[in-house]
Amino acid sequence: MSTEIAPTDPNVRIRVPRARVAAAADDSQPGSKIETKTVGQVTVADAVMTARRVNVHYGEKHAVKDVSLDIGRNAVIALIGPSGCGKSTFLRCLNRMNDTIDSARVDGSITLDGVDIYEKRQDVVQLRARVGMVFQKPNPFPKSIYENIAYGPRIHGLAANRAELDEVVQTSLAKAGLWEEVKDRLDHPGTGLSGGQQQRLCIARAIAVDPEVILMDEPCSALDPIATARIEDLIDELRQNYAIVIVTHNMQQAARVSQRTAYFHLGELVEVGATNQIFTNPRHRLTEDYITGRFG
Amino acid sequence: MHTSVIVVAILVLTALGYRLGRRRSVALVGGPRGTRNLHSLPSYYGFLTALWCALPALGVLGAWHLLDERVIVGAVLAELPPDMQHLPADQQGLLLNDVRNVVSGSLPAAEARPEVQSAAREWRRLQSLSNAAGASLALCLGLAGGALAWRRISPELRARNGVERVVEIALALCSMIAILTTIGIILSVLYEALNFFRVVPLTDFIFGTTWSPQMAMRADQVGSSGAFGAVPLFTGTLLISLIAMAIAVPIGLFSAICLAEYADRRLRAVIKPLLEVLAGIPTVVYGFFAALTVGPLLRSAGQFAGLEVASESALSAGFVMGIMIIPFVSSLADDMITAVPQSLRDGAYALGATRSETIRRVVLPAALPGIVGGVLLAVSRAIGETMIVVMAAGLAAKLTFNPLEAVTTVTVQIVTLLIGDNEFNSPKTLSAFALGLVLFVATLLLNIIALKIVRKYREQYE
Repeated sequence: MSTEIAPTDPNVRIRVPRARVAAAADDSQPGSKIETKTVGQVTVADAVMTARRVNVHYGEKHAVKDVSLDIGRNAVIALIGPSGCGKSTFLRCLNRMNDTIDSARVDGSITLDGVDIYEKRQDVVQLRARVGMVFQKPNPFPKSIYENIAYGPRIHGLAANRAELDEVVQTSLAKAGLWEEVKDRLDHPGTGLSGGQQQRLCIARAIAVDPEVILMDEPCSALDPIATARIEDLIDELRQNYAIVIVTHNMQQAARVSQRTAYFHLGELVEVGATNQIFTNPRHRLTEDYITGRFG
Repeated sequence: MHTSVIVVAILVLTALGYRLGRRRSVALVGGPRGTRNLHSLPSYYGFLTALWCALPALGVLGAWHLLDERVIVGAVLAELPPDMQHLPADQQGLLLNDVRNVVSGSLPAAEARPEVQSAAREWRRLQSLSNAAGASLALCLGLAGGALAWRRISPELRARNGVERVVEIALALCSMIAILTTIGIILSVLYEALNFFRVVPLTDFIFGTTWSPQMAMRADQVGSSGAFGAVPLFTGTLLISLIAMAIAVPIGLFSAICLAEYADRRLRAVIKPLLEVLAGIPTVVYGFFAALTVGPLLRSAGQFAGLEVASESALSAGFVMGIMIIPFVSSLADDMITAVPQSLRDGAYALGATRSETIRRVVLPAALPGIVGGVLLAVSRAIGETMIVVMAAGLAAKLTFNPLEAVTTVTVQIVTLLIGDNEFNSPKTLSAFALGLVLFVATLLLNIIALKIVRKYREQYE
């Protein structure tokens, strides 16, 4: 028994079992029974997003298998695992960025504040404003620093006039720790900044539309250690206001910035737990092998 | 001996040089097993020897044939009777022409004057002497060059670097040919244009508002004023180009956006080749489409709307030209839009931008330099386009910006000025070259501006 849902993007057809859509809301309560093979507690008390039995196919390839996971409010959760384990794919489900890939098919349910984001009436564009994303490689627009930040508020009409827009730009840059460095050259091209500055610009750009969740797909993999340290500090500060999901290959980074860690292996979510527990006392063999560097 | 035989002989020598050079290099290091002791691969030694055979020999042969006629003419003139040696330049030219015709056999020797006959005999004798000397010199040089290169072969000889150098020079020469051709075209047009400006002042040409190139042949001839004010032609060209661009830029750009951003692979596979078919249609066909279909259509449409539309209006020519230019704009814009990295689109989508917002605010600005380049390319194409306007725009040089009237363009006037029997040194014919020069300068300026814009934006966007 399943309902066919026509998403906003005509390229993607998503089939969501009707029973599961209804069940999703109940499952979001901590302690309730969730059918999963994952070791550890996949639910949290104060979840902003919940994923239940999410499966993703790229054509024939089954990239994410039956993943259930909660994203907690004001916390950082790190997704780790070897390359090709589906952690980035799962991340891209959370703001429906997989919609831009023609062959991708997503099953299962994902909710944001209790509302299914793959539901028919869900406005994808609105969703992405609430679930922001920072990419692996800094991708500032070929515009000035100011315009890079102002882009999101402009298209969503978040600022009534120029003064308000200036305000948004300044606070976003300040939150991203970039204001002091660029305040005198807001009209310079964003592409002229250094790699670390560009990445912070992209974070500021995501903050500017005032999201609830920020997804980060290996945000430091293209940066040097100093720039990486700055971003990590920034992530820790941003936790005050946002839920953050970060995909990383760097286990020290996961240990440093996150409160919870999820270990993915071949498309499955193997283990979830408090970060210090995962790194000091993993309960699953695969997690232990990966953490201790026996493979991956 | 015929020159082609010599060339073949040199080529045979070259092939031989390659084999010998290669063999010697291998022999010097004691057979194929020792080739690792050579500086370069054996074939490079072969090539080097072959090049030393061919290049000096062919070079000398070419130079000889370019220069020997001059020497022969001098010698033949010196042999002529004294009274014929001191003729004015043009009569001397005629005389030499006679001699040349006798030599080549197009004028029977029996009909020529005795002096000419003897000069022709002398010419023939000198020519065969020169041919033999040139051929033997070339062959000797080929042999000597080959032998020298062959002797120089040693395991230490840097044959590879030598061949590299020759390749470099050959490539540079090829690129020079294109540049020299351009310079040659400029000079020839400039020369004729200057002749024209000696008769008609430059200011009259550029600022005059009456174009009527018929020159009076007699003093009392009526209606042939010979006015060369090119302003009506410029405005006509401008008007038609503007109409064409007004059609081509939006349609081309939008279809490029549709193809690059919205169409799926199957639709793209159908539409893109179809669009490019437009570029393959001969302009003559566009021309009669404009003259026979679009012109009358616009005329009757105008009648319906109560407007007076000339059957050869600027609008119909510009409209059809715009259609013709669409693929130029669309395929360049399509390439540029596709080249915008996906990461930029992802960035915009991740902020909650819709597709059209992403295209408008992110993709198009990033692709702008290429798009501007494509548009300016299309403009110079429109300005230089001839066939459509010849057939559809008319000949009346009217100074107007009304697209419903018949106008004429620079290219149309060049065609009509040069068609038919004309005196070559009359201002009427020469004015075609002046117009050509203006056209050339205009497109050159456009291209320079296009390059400047593209470079400016590229700096900003990289």
